[in-house]
Amino acid sequence: MAAAPKRPFRWHIVVFLAPAVLVYTAIMILPLAGTLQLSLFRNIDQAQVFVGFENFRRLFGDPNWSVNFWNALRNNVWFFIIHMIVQNPIGVLLAALLSSPRLRFSAFYRTAIFVPTILSFVIVGFAWKLILSPLWGVAPNLMDLVGLKSLFTPWLGKEEYALTTLSLISVWQFVGIPMMLIYAALLSIPEEVIEAAECDGITGMSQFWKIKLPLILPSIGIISILTFVGNFNAFDLIYTAQGALAGPNYSTDILGTFLYRAFFGFQLQVGDPNMGAAIATMMFLIILGGVCVYLFLVQTRLRRYQF
Amino acid sequence: MSTATRSLPRTIGAHAVLLTYTVIALFPVIIVIMNSFKSRAGIFGAPLTPPTPKTFDLIGYTTVIGQGDFIHYFQNSLVVTVASLFFVLLFGAMAAFALSEYRFRGNSLMGLYLALGIMIPIRLGTVAILQLMVASGLVNTLTALILVYTAQGLPLAVFILSEFMKQVSDDLKNAGRIDGLSEYTIFFRLVLPLVRPSMATVAVFTMIPIWNDLWFPLILAPSEETKTVTLGAQLFLGQFVTNWNAILAALSLAIMPVLILYVIFSRQLIRGITSGAVK
Repeated sequence: MAAAPKRPFRWHIVVFLAPAVLVYTAIMILPLAGTLQLSLFRNIDQAQVFVGFENFRRLFGDPNWSVNFWNALRNNVWFFIIHMIVQNPIGVLLAALLSSPRLRFSAFYRTAIFVPTILSFVIVGFAWKLILSPLWGVAPNLMDLVGLKSLFTPWLGKEEYALTTLSLISVWQFVGIPMMLIYAALLSIPEEVIEAAECDGITGMSQFWKIKLPLILPSIGIISILTFVGNFNAFDLIYTAQGALAGPNYSTDILGTFLYRAFFGFQLQVGDPNMGAAIATMMFLIILGGVCVYLFLVQTRLRRYQF
Repeated sequence: MSTATRSLPRTIGAHAVLLTYTVIALFPVIIVIMNSFKSRAGIFGAPLTPPTPKTFDLIGYTTVIGQGDFIHYFQNSLVVTVASLFFVLLFGAMAAFALSEYRFRGNSLMGLYLALGIMIPIRLGTVAILQLMVASGLVNTLTALILVYTAQGLPLAVFILSEFMKQVSDDLKNAGRIDGLSEYTIFFRLVLPLVRPSMATVAVFTMIPIWNDLWFPLILAPSEETKTVTLGAQLFLGQFVTNWNAILAALSLAIMPVLILYVIFSRQLIRGITSGAVK
């Protein structure tokens, strides 16, 4: 940050930058680096001792840890897949419908569909827990209306359904974000492109698939990476709906809840900051990997379509 | 698009799909609020009907207000959110101004450094953040939360605001310089008022995750004194699992302030998203 030659040092630049850079570095970057570093240490006799990759070896190899770790990672991948195949297509569909010209009430639809996104996980998790509860009977009653009552089971309480159900609840909450971003992208497509397509006789569905979809691919790429980062960092919804143990029988455990238990301990197990740091490091590497794939692969290939 | 290409069935189809999804989006919220005004018998007897004079009951609300210390939690959330928002906007705007206005060595590197935090969640540093807060005696204070949320909000704020500040006319700023205004006056008097709309967008984006966060209040400030409304609601809901009136009332109380704020600011928020601020 040296001053340009033959000019007095521009202190105001430093003054403008300092608060943001200091807070950001002290609270975000240094702790992040500190966490990565902690994952290489162990607490032996009240002292932090450097142990290399020992914590990671335990995480991957020691059955006490590895069973839970691989389970959480697998669940997290499934959580992400559900988001990708349900949330994003619904978001694109809603945005495509909303962006059709002269659609009435579009402001109302937009506002209403975005409502779940602004609610906290605590509200969302609990509200759905109540609705799906067999005690209350909202869900069975509703299914009875369409004659499907026999299909009802307590989805959140069954190992085979709980994770998928929670993923769908999360989809329900966040579908507003892809919808809005795609909607913005669709609105920014130049009028001339659409007119040219119409001159060539491309309208309706084929116009969407052949003209609009390729043009909004960069936005879909951004949504995918946002979803990826959000999913591999998720914690609140599972914690609210199923507790720190991510029941039933760890079937909804994802990396966030696993990190929480490792770090703070639960029931009889004592919290272990070093193992917590090791898990956080793995999450960091996964997210970093995802971001790199996005930046180097998707972004460079998609940029061709941008104006 | 010409009217010829829009057919009536297609319009009806679009409305049908959008309306269906609107119902799906609003249904859980409505059912929770509706049932919070009912007696226990009404909640279980007819969960899908609105409260009638026979089933109307405020027992849930009286329990919540009598039992929980919600007003206090609410104040904590308000203090944390407003203070973090203030620092994010002030520091973020200052840094964005420095990055977009001046050319200096390391400018783009600094921009990249600050943008790192958009993709890497601050949560991953929790282990060390807790150690830092323990070492500095800030555990169970609202200051800890404010610091964390300020750091969390800054990257996106700097990124969005510097995009907008690049659009502020150079002539205006140079006119100010010729009139002898200092760089600080130019920033506070000329540039800040001009980017106010984008500040509002950043404010909304920053505010929602802070207000709704459960992770950091749970870890950094779980004491009775410093509980935020999200954490308070979480613990309250856990305690009253069997008191459905109280749970539904607590959920409704937690939903309503956010919902009212959203209805007021939704235009701002949606304009912010669709103006391409978030690319």
